[in-house]
Amino acid sequence: MNSYETVFILTPVLSDDQAKEAVQKFEGEMKALGAKIKHTENWGLRKLAYPIQKKSTGFYFLVEFEADGNVVAGYELMMKRDERVLRFLTVKMDVDHVTYAEKRRAKAGATA
Amino acid sequence: MSNDIRYLTPINIDIKKDKYCRFKKSGIKFIDYKDPNFLLKLVNEQGKILPRRITGTSAKYQKRVNKAIKRARHLAILPYVGDMLK
Repeated sequence: MNSYETVFILTPVLSDDQAKEAVQKFEGEMKALGAKIKHTENWGLRKLAYPIQKKSTGFYFLVEFEADGNVVAGYELMMKRDERVLRFLTVKMDVDHVTYAEKRRAKAGATA
Repeated sequence: MSNDIRYLTPINIDIKKDKYCRFKKSGIKFIDYKDPNFLLKLVNEQGKILPRRITGTSAKYQKRVNKAIKRARHLAILPYVGDMLK
């Protein structure tokens, strides 16, 4: 089991509820593939630094999960096939990254 | 009235400031690619990554900086090409 985190951007065409629905669908599929979701974060609608597919904004989401390495490919394929996803990036978290993420979550929890 | 000004000791126009690695000094181990405000300190106003020669970052952390900035660019958190970022 490794720790991963994925950031993905959904099209701004969707409504808030549709975006959340899409995220839930992804999470469901990830779980079905055998990933253990630790944390999800909604950054909301943000401005992109440069246009992607002629869109200048997008819904950002962050998902942290634990899974075996072979799960990631299947999950990324699903993202690639989904037209609602503008961009995604999955990163394998090393020890420093995991401690950083925990600290970040604690901080966000304190302010929220 | 004479124009030449004399100094007892020659003035140092270029005062050398010791460079240091900000990550080593403040104990930052992981550079977050999700934090644009921090990454902006490590690029110039066109969005280009500043060299080690200027920032003083150690080789180990410069590699991580590069990675973080490139990840941020992919996710449209930082621009690939920018203007007047600062």
